[in-house]
Amino acid sequence: MKIRISDDAVALACGADALADAFAAAGAEVERVSSWGMHWLEPLVDVNGMGYGAVSVDQVAAIIAGTATSFGRIEEHPFIARQTRLTFVRAGKTRPTSLDDYYANEGWCGLAKAREIGAEATIAAVLESGLRGRGGAGFPAGTKWKTVAGAAADQKYIVCNADEGDSATFADRMVMEGDPFMLIEGMAIAGFAVGASKGFAYIRSEYPHAIAKMETAIKLCAHLVAPFEIEVRVGAGAYVCGEETSLLNSLEGKRGEVRAKPPLPALEGLFGEPTVVNNVLTLAAVPWILTHGGQAYAAFGMGRSKGTMPVQLAGNVKHGGLFEIAFGITLGELVNDIGGGTESGRPVRCVQVGGPLGAYIPPALFDLPFDYEAFSTADALIGHGGITVFDNTVDMAQMARFAMEFCAIESCGKCTPCRLGSTRGMETLDQIIAGRNVEVNLALIADLSETMKFGSLCALGGFTPYPVMSAIKYFPEDFVVRERS
Amino acid sequence: MTYQSQDDFGTPASRSDEMLSCVIDGRAVTVPAGTSIMRAAAEQGTSIPKLCATDSVKSFGSCRLCLVEIEGRKGTPASCTTPVEPGMVVHTQTPHLAKLRKGVMELYISDHPLDCLTCAANGDCELQDQAGAVGLRDVRYDVQSHHLGQAKDHSNPYFDFDPSKCITCSRCVRACDEVQGTLALTVEGRGWDSKISAGLASDNFLGSECVSCGACVQACPTATLVEKKIVEVGTPERSVITTCAYCGVGCTFRAEMRGEQMVRMVPHKDGKANRGHSCVKGRFAWGYAQHQERILKPMIRKSVSDPWVTVEWDEAFAYTVSELKRISEAYGKHALGGITSSRCTNEETFLVQKLVRAGFGNNNVDTCARVCHSPTGYGLKTTFGTSAGTQDFDSVEDCDVILIIGANPTDAHPVFASRMKRRLRGQDGRPGAKLIVIDPRRTDIVRSPHIEAQHHLALRPGTNVAVLTAMAHVIVTEALADEAFIKLRCDWDEYSHWAEFVSNARNSPEHLQPVTLVDAEELRAAARLYATGDNGAIYYGLGVTEHSQGSSTVMAIANLAMATGNIGRRGVGVNPLRGQNNVQGACDMGSFPHELSGYRHISDGDARRLFEADWGVPLDPEPGLRIPNMLDAAVDGVFKALYVQGEDILQSDPNTKHVSAGLAAMECVIVHDLFLNETANYAHIFLPGSTFLEKNGTFTNAERRIQPVRKVMTPLNGLEDWEVTQGLAQAMGLDWHYSHPSEIMDEIARLTPSFAGVSFNRLNETGSLQWPVTPDAPDGSPIMHVDGFVRGKGRFVVTDYVPTDEKTGPRFPLLLTTGRILSHYNVGAQTRRTENVAWHPEDLLEIHPVDAEDRGVKTGDWVKLASRAGETTLRATVTDRVAPGVVYTTFHHAVTQANVVTTDYSDWATNCPEYKVTAVQISASNGPTDWQEDYEALSERSRRIVAKVPAE
Repeated sequence: MKIRISDDAVALACGADALADAFAAAGAEVERVSSWGMHWLEPLVDVNGMGYGAVSVDQVAAIIAGTATSFGRIEEHPFIARQTRLTFVRAGKTRPTSLDDYYANEGWCGLAKAREIGAEATIAAVLESGLRGRGGAGFPAGTKWKTVAGAAADQKYIVCNADEGDSATFADRMVMEGDPFMLIEGMAIAGFAVGASKGFAYIRSEYPHAIAKMETAIKLCAHLVAPFEIEVRVGAGAYVCGEETSLLNSLEGKRGEVRAKPPLPALEGLFGEPTVVNNVLTLAAVPWILTHGGQAYAAFGMGRSKGTMPVQLAGNVKHGGLFEIAFGITLGELVNDIGGGTESGRPVRCVQVGGPLGAYIPPALFDLPFDYEAFSTADALIGHGGITVFDNTVDMAQMARFAMEFCAIESCGKCTPCRLGSTRGMETLDQIIAGRNVEVNLALIADLSETMKFGSLCALGGFTPYPVMSAIKYFPEDFVVRERS
Repeated sequence: MTYQSQDDFGTPASRSDEMLSCVIDGRAVTVPAGTSIMRAAAEQGTSIPKLCATDSVKSFGSCRLCLVEIEGRKGTPASCTTPVEPGMVVHTQTPHLAKLRKGVMELYISDHPLDCLTCAANGDCELQDQAGAVGLRDVRYDVQSHHLGQAKDHSNPYFDFDPSKCITCSRCVRACDEVQGTLALTVEGRGWDSKISAGLASDNFLGSECVSCGACVQACPTATLVEKKIVEVGTPERSVITTCAYCGVGCTFRAEMRGEQMVRMVPHKDGKANRGHSCVKGRFAWGYAQHQERILKPMIRKSVSDPWVTVEWDEAFAYTVSELKRISEAYGKHALGGITSSRCTNEETFLVQKLVRAGFGNNNVDTCARVCHSPTGYGLKTTFGTSAGTQDFDSVEDCDVILIIGANPTDAHPVFASRMKRRLRGQDGRPGAKLIVIDPRRTDIVRSPHIEAQHHLALRPGTNVAVLTAMAHVIVTEALADEAFIKLRCDWDEYSHWAEFVSNARNSPEHLQPVTLVDAEELRAAARLYATGDNGAIYYGLGVTEHSQGSSTVMAIANLAMATGNIGRRGVGVNPLRGQNNVQGACDMGSFPHELSGYRHISDGDARRLFEADWGVPLDPEPGLRIPNMLDAAVDGVFKALYVQGEDILQSDPNTKHVSAGLAAMECVIVHDLFLNETANYAHIFLPGSTFLEKNGTFTNAERRIQPVRKVMTPLNGLEDWEVTQGLAQAMGLDWHYSHPSEIMDEIARLTPSFAGVSFNRLNETGSLQWPVTPDAPDGSPIMHVDGFVRGKGRFVVTDYVPTDEKTGPRFPLLLTTGRILSHYNVGAQTRRTENVAWHPEDLLEIHPVDAEDRGVKTGDWVKLASRAGETTLRATVTDRVAPGVVYTTFHHAVTQANVVTTDYSDWATNCPEYKVTAVQISASNGPTDWQEDYEALSERSRRIVAKVPAE
């Protein structure tokens, strides 16, 4: 009997290794595959496409005997069926470091196509696709590639930003752990298109499995992507090193301080050379675009948000996991229909989209479509696509304080508004929470937020006001003195 | 005039030639492409509030005060990091910007001590200034956490570090990186916990790699890094621009004073030699002027075993003249001589040689260049026609390949070395220049932060000519010579003759390898690199000249430069790194026994007549005695009187025993100096000198740059040095009546063609002038030999390698070479009398681990250093900076008596001593040698002073 169980970190945390051992001990042939991305069902057991969710060791015998009840075909599960999986098309189906599995599933077609049509046409395809940076900035990837391609230098670089530090995000991790060849192919296509012979994957230190899988995968396919070479470099626990210039400093062995722009990394990046810095998801989308064409990718989405977004549902949510869908879906549909509302069963009070620096959005705004421009008009951000769900036990004043605290802990310390403002913000919110001079201090927070938003050197200080001010705006009741219960 | 700090445009100037225009606050501005908005505004007189930007370092963008609004662009970009673009329209002040700046300042002040009134930076603090500029009126935060109350670091003798006042602008870190190139400072921790640190958390400034150059102190906008003198005295009330009196870089400083009290010396940003940078010596080590050992009154004695007796100037002059007269009558006028100082001004040096030539009636005048760069004078005069370097310091910015031979710039010319390091690290997007170092030791420049020499040829001491000839062999035989240049600018026949010589197989790198100990492939690669790099420049020092083939080496260097066409434009050239602040000047002024000012030979009748007409006396047409000759003649009993201004031949000349024998044989040694130095042990007359702070005049640096020296305080000894020489002259009956040094310079200009256009007025106008300053070149000559060599065609001279007579052998198997260290200057007369002793309290002997182990020597042990000339004792330090077989020491401390060990061998053409090659042996020792003990006793006896008992 052939059993497929994921070796993704979430599955491991839910006991997938012990389960796999148990199946193997019971005589089954166990294949370790990537995760389908339905976290509430891990460890998921796949028997010929039929799924068994959240399986424990004592259910092994029944499954082998055929007497256990499956929830049906995994692909037909509504969570999966409603998705438009372009990037995560192979998720759950292939063994991550199996070149055979990758080949059999459209692997390396994008790189072959790129080599066939040439560098300029490759960039044209990416431009046509409308692919925007999936790390959060939303900058058109093709434009960035074009700038680097046009820069004159003896050496150029592709840097993959795999420092996925936002809360409620795991898409990058799933790509690296589940489909590393796809990311490598994307980097190789980028290298070919812009004339870069070397690539670095900067992976956060908190992702040991991803690091290991990527290093294995790189060795296995080195001959296929040559002369392009890739090296894995490991971060050291700093959220700010997910900011592209701080990442470059860290890669160069320096303090992870943010660099001023101009100059743009596209012209003066790693070691002063023209560099493409792209998020994992951005690069991972590229093979599909080259294989199927830029127009095909642009057919999905809305407005200027083309293609699909791998949304990550997390926090206090019933159905947490990876939901890849074309831009345009509303927030409410994601949270309530697909996410199923809260895990606790209590009403959703708000969600935070885009990580710890994203705005808090109340249910009243759940008709917001997932679209870069629509979100920014609403003073919110899509960021890396992570959604954290909160029920009605959340204290929004504490969350505002947490935003400042987070900024203070992760600040690189270079610019004044972030280095000093975050600590002063924490202190001032403590005053408010303690009920002291609330009105005056709220005004001070508003001024501080303006200073940080317009004055900070990077988005760490610059976006901290989003969670803070959105909490104050939509949940003012949490900021006045409350009766001690 | 009230005190004004120097202009700061915020970001460095752009080097671009392309100009573009934009509008700032409604006014049109045109600037070079690449200029920041902040600088463009500043040049127009608009100062945008800033704290982390300063124009000595690149923009950083961290304080967020300098935000501006640009039409058509979102947000509020920082003006320091945003370059101007054509047609840009910028607003530097709007209500929104004003609010943001207040917000930023409010954060700063919420974490800063509020003791402005008693703070050392009161009145000179950029944080104060900017708080006022942005209109901050209150700090609304109820502060819980802060960085106040931290311990101060007082370890550095000259400045304090107070972390509580730090605003984490990183200007100090960036200055140490970009300006000085030492990278001793860093930011430790991150975010709120960011803290400036001089290395590890356990380091303080003194224990760290900090070289105390003061760049961080200058860059610091608050009182975090501040001179101790400011803390003690307060802010200066006026500043006077003058020139440093230490080394041949000739940094321009602002002497910042309160009354006649010196508060601090701050590098002048517009100084052409230093461009706003300094080193520990010029910046901080000026306290020797007030040292208790400084002699302020003249002293005389009949015999050197008597104590000194203090007298007044008149009596001193009268006694001196009577002695000189007596000796002249008894032994003839050729028994008198003088040594000019390479540290006194051009005007003073000119007067000393005039005193000798017009007063004593002979040409027995010499200067310390004898023992350092005299081969430069000879070698470059012979090949090019000028006894000086061909470039200015700025030229290093255009080098592609830098070849350093026999020089240790990071120690001996630190401010220039920092500029060189900037070029080696690359700038403005250009890759760094390549580096070749030819030196027996691994000097710091070979491998330092972000710099690594492509080739370090660690040759055997004494084999310079062999190495350079081998390089020439490679260049000629591999067809890398620039024949077009040679045909145009040099004598082709001489070149062909020379080319044939170097092409000979016995001059190949392979054949010479056993002699030089340099790997042949490495040498070939280095030669190719120099020949094929676009702009190749050679920088050299005493490791070239202080050898028995010093002049030959200089000529070999000139040969290489001519053969590769590396002459006559920026970025190339032959650059001798002159040591003393005015050694170039001393040579220019005719301090040599065979030359009048401007390097005209004394036998040149026209030149002589020019002087005779102006001075009204006939001049002796025969060349006089050089210093070694004077000492020989003294020992022979025919040289009896010596007037030494500002030089300590007993400590700095080789073979100390011979020097002391010579001095002891004289009847009248007149020492004109600040302190009772070693030579004064044998003196009969002591005339107290004045420091560079106490006189007006000029110094000429290694770039041939004549720079003003300005008086900021009354001479403590009562007279400026030129007044002392004049006093002597007048007592001798000479009709000298100079009232100001400018008159002396006018005379120099009258009599010296290359100085024709020089005057104090012109120097005040221009700041400095590089000679030649002639009607053809009224603004001076930064680069020489542009269209043709001064002598016409460049001359190739065959330089055959002749090993020195100083041979190692079983008794003396090691080779000693000597050098300098950053914190001390030469014999240490000045720096030993300042706090610089904190860094280098004694001279140490560097010895390789293999040699040390053979002798049972460990770091810290006392060792005896012995040669055929003598022996001395000092402590050892075991290091692999020297190769096996080579040992090294400095000579900054008189007690070391290093020159007891050096020999009389010298350069064949100029008698420049061969300090760099002495055969020695090292052995363990338990204490000072007999010589050191005897010498110390003699010094003590000789330095007794009694006041003159008034006659009853």
